[in-house]
Amino acid sequence: MVNDRRVVITGIGVTAPGGIGTKAFWELLTAGRTATRTITLFDASGFRSRIGAECDFDPVAEGLSPQEIRRMDRAAQFGVVCAREALADSGLEEGAVPPERIGVSIGSAVGCTMGLEQEYVVLSDGGRRWLVDPAYAVRHLYGYMVPSTMACEVAWAAGAEGPVSLISTGCTAGLDAVGNGCQLIWTGRADVVIAGATDAPLSPITAACFDAIKATSPNNDDPAHASRPFDADRDGFVLGEGAAVFVLEEREAARRRGAHIYAEIVGFAGRSNAYHMTGLKPDGREMAEAIRQAMHLGRVDAADIDYINAHGSGTKQNDRHETAAFKRALGRRAYEVPVSSIKSMIGHSLGAIGAIEVAACALAIEHQVVPPTANLHTRDPECDLDYVPLTAREHPIDSVLSVGSGFGGFQTAMVIVRDRAA
Amino acid sequence: MSRHAVITGIGVTAPNGLGTEAYWAATLEGRSGIGPISRFDPAGYPVRVAGEVSDFTAAEHVPSRLIPQTDNWTHLGLTAAAWALDDAGADPAAFPEYEMAVVTASSSGGTEFGQREIERLWTKGPSWVGAYQSIAWFYAATTGQISIRHGMRGSCGVVCAEQAGALDAVGQARQLIRTGTRLVVTGGADASLCPYGLTAQYSSGRLSQGDDPGRAYLPFDVGAAGYVPGEGGAMLVVENAADAHARAAPVIYGEIAGYAATFDPRPGSGREPGLRRAMELALADAGLAAGGVDVVFADAAGVPELDLQEATAIRAVFGPDGVPVTAPKTMTGRLYAGGAALDLAGALLAIRDGVIPPTAGVTELAPGCDLDLVRGAAREARVGTAMVVARGYGGFNAAIVVTKTD
Repeated sequence: MVNDRRVVITGIGVTAPGGIGTKAFWELLTAGRTATRTITLFDASGFRSRIGAECDFDPVAEGLSPQEIRRMDRAAQFGVVCAREALADSGLEEGAVPPERIGVSIGSAVGCTMGLEQEYVVLSDGGRRWLVDPAYAVRHLYGYMVPSTMACEVAWAAGAEGPVSLISTGCTAGLDAVGNGCQLIWTGRADVVIAGATDAPLSPITAACFDAIKATSPNNDDPAHASRPFDADRDGFVLGEGAAVFVLEEREAARRRGAHIYAEIVGFAGRSNAYHMTGLKPDGREMAEAIRQAMHLGRVDAADIDYINAHGSGTKQNDRHETAAFKRALGRRAYEVPVSSIKSMIGHSLGAIGAIEVAACALAIEHQVVPPTANLHTRDPECDLDYVPLTAREHPIDSVLSVGSGFGGFQTAMVIVRDRAA
Repeated sequence: MSRHAVITGIGVTAPNGLGTEAYWAATLEGRSGIGPISRFDPAGYPVRVAGEVSDFTAAEHVPSRLIPQTDNWTHLGLTAAAWALDDAGADPAAFPEYEMAVVTASSSGGTEFGQREIERLWTKGPSWVGAYQSIAWFYAATTGQISIRHGMRGSCGVVCAEQAGALDAVGQARQLIRTGTRLVVTGGADASLCPYGLTAQYSSGRLSQGDDPGRAYLPFDVGAAGYVPGEGGAMLVVENAADAHARAAPVIYGEIAGYAATFDPRPGSGREPGLRRAMELALADAGLAAGGVDVVFADAAGVPELDLQEATAIRAVFGPDGVPVTAPKTMTGRLYAGGAALDLAGALLAIRDGVIPPTAGVTELAPGCDLDLVRGAAREARVGTAMVVARGYGGFNAAIVVTKTD
């Protein structure tokens, strides 16, 4: 019976600022260390915000072949490295599942912008030619133009021949891609889905975008403490990069093969504010609606939620918006449950971060530890919940809520629970 | 009670017709919208013809406030969405806000807008990049703007699967209908015919370098030598059948009866591409045998190797000469994320009018591509069921089956 199909996470791969791989990621989070620093990937000296959360990523050391490195943008490289880590972690052998029953759902907000920008600079000769010179086009330029190639790369890495797509709902793309992956299994269209998200937006054009709307932190003198979600002194988000990819499996099949199950994804819902492409109303109404719907689908009550992984970008409006949403959706429970933002440590990697946060949720359940909100010294009086300042906390965790909010007005919520028998 | 996804509205922005009826009339008459590129001087480029939506003036169709905030691709999408809602006679204010959603496909985002801003960045500096770059270029811009314009607060989506994406978007829309959403605006559009966009497309190795607009894009023909790029697309209004009937929707074009997506084996595997499987799965999903399909709107890549793969798959599923096949995109060029959405609109209009639009330009079928390709004039036929096939660069395959509803 299709409706009884359940989805579990059996493999995790993470490439995040502060360390490559799931283990390094979790160590950083539980230590409360920040990975934000002055941007080194390009010369940011002319920019309003010169801070980034960069991955110390060496594609050769991560096992990518020379041809893979040549044809893939940095974001695609992150995605493939994470997919391979997740597959190895899951213990799922190639051939164990028919390729046509394996799907791929990868999220990304800005696709291969880094490659697109680098090639543009050459073709336009430093911006001087509107009529760019086609003689300088590299063979892989088209692969940068269409972000769907990142999903292709993951599909090739996994040997997937089922439904494959790239989900690009901006900053909720990570949660939406994982949710879409669950949907493929819930509805019986796939038995295994390689799902996650990747973004590598630390290039001049993307940094300039956020400069222009003053969304990123200008705290250039203190980059390690620039990402300050829920803190009264917060002044914008810190642009990050990275990826997280999961092996999602139909639960019965995962159990039959004796897979390690990190957690089950039980509910996923999206709502849109239909208000403004970047602005948020302070009432948190649509995000609250997404949360309620995700809990309803997951058959989880507010009282069951043990931890909220916040969007917590560190912009003035976001942190108030989602604080209001938590209160609206969870009532009194919002004041009792720990809430934290890992963006305080690894920045905001746009479409990728939602998937990286799902990894944090699965690991929080695995280790029964809530990661902290770093840099939270003086709480914004309008943000009056328990944001787990500075230090990780041991805490019994059965059910976790993770949320995302992004340009376009999209609000997404997901409920992830500890695997429970029957 | 089971929920069925039916299409109640169509909006078209195509190179050979602005508006559904203009597009359909041109298509049935075999009138092409492909011509020399006019937006910039293409003399220095290997590709010089395209399907431009040349009679489109944003100021006539898009709220003036939104024009500078959005790329041409979003202008076309917003316009098609508004027309589709109008066609459906659906006033968004009359629907519960969380039960309306938008799911669109994009292959490459706001390329021309992006080229202008990135030029400013590299010639003048970061402070010259405008505030709207952050919301105009990214792939979610069109979905977000449609959602905001019409007050649709449900579960919105954005799918990228190059030229197959629109069918995946419609598949996602059907899933939303099945799980309780009442109305979804879905489809796709693209408009990347600026110098950088065209150059990037050319680097795929799949574009035609022919200068004769009538002979540059000849899918399944012995003269096939790549495709002509285009811009535009289509948006559809999808509703739950019972709700559409209850509100006495003016027209129900058809039901989304079957949908499937597959992915090709790794390059170099030597194994059969996933296209046949996508078609078979879509038929099975619709509960139909191949014989129940009255027309196939082909992907029609215009690249000999891809044409042969598709013709082989169609013949394997339907038998030799088993089904009429057509490719009206020969009159628009390939619209990327908009192409399959436009084909789906065409398939629904074929059902409505009992006529199969022709494939333009093709004179002699290539060996192995001997299909019952509708050529020359439109063919009158009873069309109760149509299949739309789309493929995307890198290995995406998708198929949708739409059926007439009574």
